[in-house]
Amino acid sequence: MSIETSGYGTFLIILIMAVVTLATRWGGVFVMSFVPINYRVQQFINAMSGSVLVAVLAPLAVTGDNGARLALLTTAVMMLTLRKPLPAIAAGILMAALSRQF
Amino acid sequence: MLSVEAGSVSLDRNLVWSGFKQLLPISLFVIVFAVAFGLAAAQTGLDATSTLLMSTLVFAGAAQFAVLDLWGPHVPVLPLVVTVFAINARHLLMGATLYPWLRELPRARRYGVMLVVSDANWAMSMQAFSNRKPGLGLLFGGGLALWSAWALGSWLGLKFGSVIQDPVSLGLDMVMGCFLLAMVLGGQKNLRMLIIWSVAAGASLLAYRYLPENAHVVTGALAGGVLGAVWTEKKHEH
Repeated sequence: MSIETSGYGTFLIILIMAVVTLATRWGGVFVMSFVPINYRVQQFINAMSGSVLVAVLAPLAVTGDNGARLALLTTAVMMLTLRKPLPAIAAGILMAALSRQF
Repeated sequence: MLSVEAGSVSLDRNLVWSGFKQLLPISLFVIVFAVAFGLAAAQTGLDATSTLLMSTLVFAGAAQFAVLDLWGPHVPVLPLVVTVFAINARHLLMGATLYPWLRELPRARRYGVMLVVSDANWAMSMQAFSNRKPGLGLLFGGGLALWSAWALGSWLGLKFGSVIQDPVSLGLDMVMGCFLLAMVLGGQKNLRMLIIWSVAAGASLLAYRYLPENAHVVTGALAGGVLGAVWTEKKHEH
């Protein structure tokens, strides 16, 4: 099932996003008032946090141009060395821009 | 298990204001990310109202970026719901870890405070609690600062977005990719995680090739999550 992104459709999509996100913000507190979240569930959520982002990125890296790959590589290296996201992201974008000029 | 000091769960106007001020430096960075989102949203074709509404009502950067990836004339609902949930699932754990202190609040305040929970204010309030200091002001006041910054930056990004003609040549199409990668690499890093990420990436790519559109995010997320649940870290007993 899809929602058209015209007129009220977009608003509905945003509403759905908001409700789902609210459920995640409230859900932990709510569940804990009945039963502690067990260790395996914690491990699942922790592993899923990074995995979902990797899952979005993987096709980007594979189908993107060299500029895209260079950008991701640059960001990765800078994050691992500097540990500051803002410079790492900026450097990645800069590398993409530079590599596309030539 | 950290014990809950009576003083550490107080929440009054002064603490909220103090929390707000303490998160202002980080809020500056948040503004920059939000500008990037506003730009990306404009390039994706979202109108100003929708972009602002999204940032204000959802207040979740990574998820918002990922949804732009799904955007088109139609947006499939199931991938939308699962993607937003999976990316934001860590809020569940934030709520759970804050519970010992939050439960001292009346219900309305408890859930009201959680409206603006995000990585930065969660981390700072947990740090305060572990030092037996009040953390709820950091959580709520700080959250308000982060939220305002996110909305403001999104609006600014919209303004810039209408000015830029060729985002790809400026590398701006990589804003989402680099942002998400920075978030991945900002988290826990060890061999186990690396293997989990590799499995997630592999699953995502296979799904991208062989499964219907947009199944790759769910597939990769579940593959990584299940592996993490099955192959747990050694427990640390407090």
